[in-house]
Amino acid sequence: MSKWTRRAFLTTGVLVGGGIIVGVAIRPGNRTGKLSPHVTADGETLVHTWVKLDSNNVVTAIIPHSEMGQGAGTALTQMLADELDADWSLVKFEEAPAIREFANYPLGKGMLLAGVDMPEFVVPTVDGVLLKTAQALDLQMTGGSLSVRTTGAYGMRVAGAAVKEMLRSAAAEAWDVPIGEIVARDSQLSHKASGRSEPYAAFAQTAAEMTPPASPKLKTQDEFKIMGRHVERHDIPSKVDGTAIFALDVRIPNMLYATVRRAPAFGGGIAKIDDSKTRAIKGVVDVVQLPPAEVGAVVGGFSSAESVAVVAEGFWSAKQGLDALDIDWLGTANDAVSSDTIFEQFDRDISAVVDREADVAEGDVEAAMANAAQVIEADYQVPFLAHTCMEPLNATAAVKDGHCEVWVGCQSPLGFRQAIADALGFDVENVTLHNLLMGGGFGRKSRADYAIQAALLSANVGRPVQLIWTREEDVRQDFYRPAVQSRFRAALDKDGNLTAWENTYVNKHEPVDAPLIPYSVAARDIGHVSSPTHIPFGAWRSVDHSQHGFFTESFIDEVAVAAEQDPYEYRAARLQHQPRQLAVLKKAAEAAEWKRPLAKGRGRGISLQESFGTIVAQVVEVTVVDGQTQVDRVVAAVDPGFAVSPDGLTAQIESAVVYGLTAALYGEITIEKGAVKQGNFNDYEALRMSAAPKIETHIITSDNPMGGAGEPGTPGIAPALANAIYDATGSRVRRLPVNVIDLQYRFEEIAQRRNKPPIRQTFGSEA
Amino acid sequence: MAVLTINGVKREIDVDPSTPLLWAIREQLGLTGTKFGCGIAQCGACTIRLNGNAIRSCVTPVAAADGQDIQTVEGLASDDGTLHRLQTAWIKHQVPQCGYCQSGQLMSAAALLESNPTPSDDDIDKAMDGNICRCGMYGRIKAAIKTAAEAGSGNAIDDAINEGDDR
Repeated sequence: MSKWTRRAFLTTGVLVGGGIIVGVAIRPGNRTGKLSPHVTADGETLVHTWVKLDSNNVVTAIIPHSEMGQGAGTALTQMLADELDADWSLVKFEEAPAIREFANYPLGKGMLLAGVDMPEFVVPTVDGVLLKTAQALDLQMTGGSLSVRTTGAYGMRVAGAAVKEMLRSAAAEAWDVPIGEIVARDSQLSHKASGRSEPYAAFAQTAAEMTPPASPKLKTQDEFKIMGRHVERHDIPSKVDGTAIFALDVRIPNMLYATVRRAPAFGGGIAKIDDSKTRAIKGVVDVVQLPPAEVGAVVGGFSSAESVAVVAEGFWSAKQGLDALDIDWLGTANDAVSSDTIFEQFDRDISAVVDREADVAEGDVEAAMANAAQVIEADYQVPFLAHTCMEPLNATAAVKDGHCEVWVGCQSPLGFRQAIADALGFDVENVTLHNLLMGGGFGRKSRADYAIQAALLSANVGRPVQLIWTREEDVRQDFYRPAVQSRFRAALDKDGNLTAWENTYVNKHEPVDAPLIPYSVAARDIGHVSSPTHIPFGAWRSVDHSQHGFFTESFIDEVAVAAEQDPYEYRAARLQHQPRQLAVLKKAAEAAEWKRPLAKGRGRGISLQESFGTIVAQVVEVTVVDGQTQVDRVVAAVDPGFAVSPDGLTAQIESAVVYGLTAALYGEITIEKGAVKQGNFNDYEALRMSAAPKIETHIITSDNPMGGAGEPGTPGIAPALANAIYDATGSRVRRLPVNVIDLQYRFEEIAQRRNKPPIRQTFGSEA
Repeated sequence: MAVLTINGVKREIDVDPSTPLLWAIREQLGLTGTKFGCGIAQCGACTIRLNGNAIRSCVTPVAAADGQDIQTVEGLASDDGTLHRLQTAWIKHQVPQCGYCQSGQLMSAAALLESNPTPSDDDIDKAMDGNICRCGMYGRIKAAIKTAAEAGSGNAIDDAINEGDDR
């Protein structure tokens, strides 16, 4: 737990009916976690967390994160309730954007506080500093596995502890006893000597008039009661009976439906459209051309191309209408670009080493290479990937009288609101955004292009419009996980010790630590060159870790094999300075019975990756028959510091493993003539139940800051799989996905390397 | 004009009979529990039951269902609100993450258990392979189906569910 600084503060107010509300805010310049970038200017305040205690003794946590399936709301509420010593059965949460009555999302008024007008209590209590609360709540982004790490650690826990302290003070005053004698437990305050006991709510109003403590005392791990305990997720019942409302389920009076097609080649435009057949279809209302949407970067990458949408009384009419359009697309400067030309470009740029920037450079790599008993070398490649959230992109917008109301599932409410305002030429105050449950996000729903299209369509036809992308549009107009090539060289001495690690890859994004390795090596030179493409790109579950995890954890395996050592033991020997990493690696190996022999055709591989503050080691077992890979079992060991919600973390690891396996086994977006070739689950496959492995998750609790949960399980699965395939077949997978590789073809590469100068593996169907 | 019997209620809707059932159910009948995922019968998010069989409503025209018995996720629980044993097992195993595919998963599972009350792992794989879960909850879905199967027929929440924690 970091120190609670003067850059942050607590505020309080009285609820109608005698309850208390407490907020935790962060000021500009705060160095806490990753929050500071979201508080941009003097006078801006990020109100980060709210908790209210009403007169029925019910505690409500108000969660400023979007729900895309990760269950953050429940974990965050556990953190708050524990510090508050609340009775869990009297605790609930509201997602800040989770709205049941669609017409009542009140940015800046009423907010989420059951009809309480925020400024009325905010202004007198905190000098008006929190007037920007509505804006501040909008600033919350969901991504980077941040919910528990920042909102939970620096918001929820502090709010809970503060409320408890204020309630205890209020009780001490009322009973005229020292505060030290007041015990808070299960939403009751008691005083042993006098035998008095009252519910929290009895003191809520008095507490609300107090100044919140500047620095409430937080519990130590051994004092936790609700954190670390299995609790059921609050959102699940609505997801088994059809009542959960996703963005696609929004219904607005007088609403039309639309579907859209953007120029297939990125950057393309429309030369000519013949819409006569479309307009003859029953139910079709209009055919609307949309300008290129410049959508700002969260990670980077832009998409700019013209689109055409068909607006109709129902989705099916709109879809038929779109299919009936006769469109001449303009040629683009990228019509000759394909996946092959992109990888040729990567190879050229890596080889040219122009303007290489080092991430890390320490020790004398060249000397180590010159003195090496063997130098091994390999190139790795991964393709572009789409996100394919289960819920295709959609947004509903109603533009009327200079105001725009939008219903959408998104990972960045503020970013969306601003982008929509910019596209319409409105002040941001005139855009109201309702954020709904997301049927998956994985990074895609941090880009506002689909919401902008819906807003422009509504403005165009003068009625509310629900825009639903087809799956084909969703696959072909994504912000893709970037394709990457990464080149390695390692020096080994005569005993197989790793003496130098050299790595050059194309196109660095974030997190910055993604290409680093935890293993001890005297000389390291890790760097990157720029090799831009025209393919829009963005965050994809675990961002750059997903590519670099595959590269580094596969190559260290190659190093171990070259050293003729066991890949697990080789890693472990180089983690003596990293006890936490070593413990996680060991746990996975032990749980998977690493040393137990496997039958012919079967193999086992291991990986270790830290990302977003959480360390994950994975052991994969495969069976490869006739070149077909079946993943039998995945054993994951996870050290998140502390698991607030152990079952929630376990579910996230299971999810991340399947997401990563889908990508490793099948995932490939190929570029042809500047556009994406794939279009739906028939040619961009997802792992199905019969191919899903048994997944065992082992959680390690260490005394470290809490790490993320949603992403850290993804980076290590591809390399553990590739290493297992090597173990089973002797074929080294240096290019994903696995299903494009002929595993019946076996290289004699290790033998070649030992006695000859390094040979760079080439890619292609023979690989 | 088509007449659809949905969750036991007869409804008349004015829709082109070639329209896929999915859109009639969501837009004309206002039941949004059934989801759109791919439009080509690849993902199973739109799975409903037609005369008890699991079908993909995104490729089944309204005309094919005229006068027949349709069940959606909204009709899975009993009229008195008692959850179907699969729904109870889904909660017990904390199956849903984003939850978007779960209506379809539940309808496929319901059809399976009706025709095969004690499915093997292979039976479950075969019946459920048409339903993609991008959150990857296959292990939990399978465990929940087994728990529900052990709980026997009917909608009663019985002891088998409480004892069947093999997650």
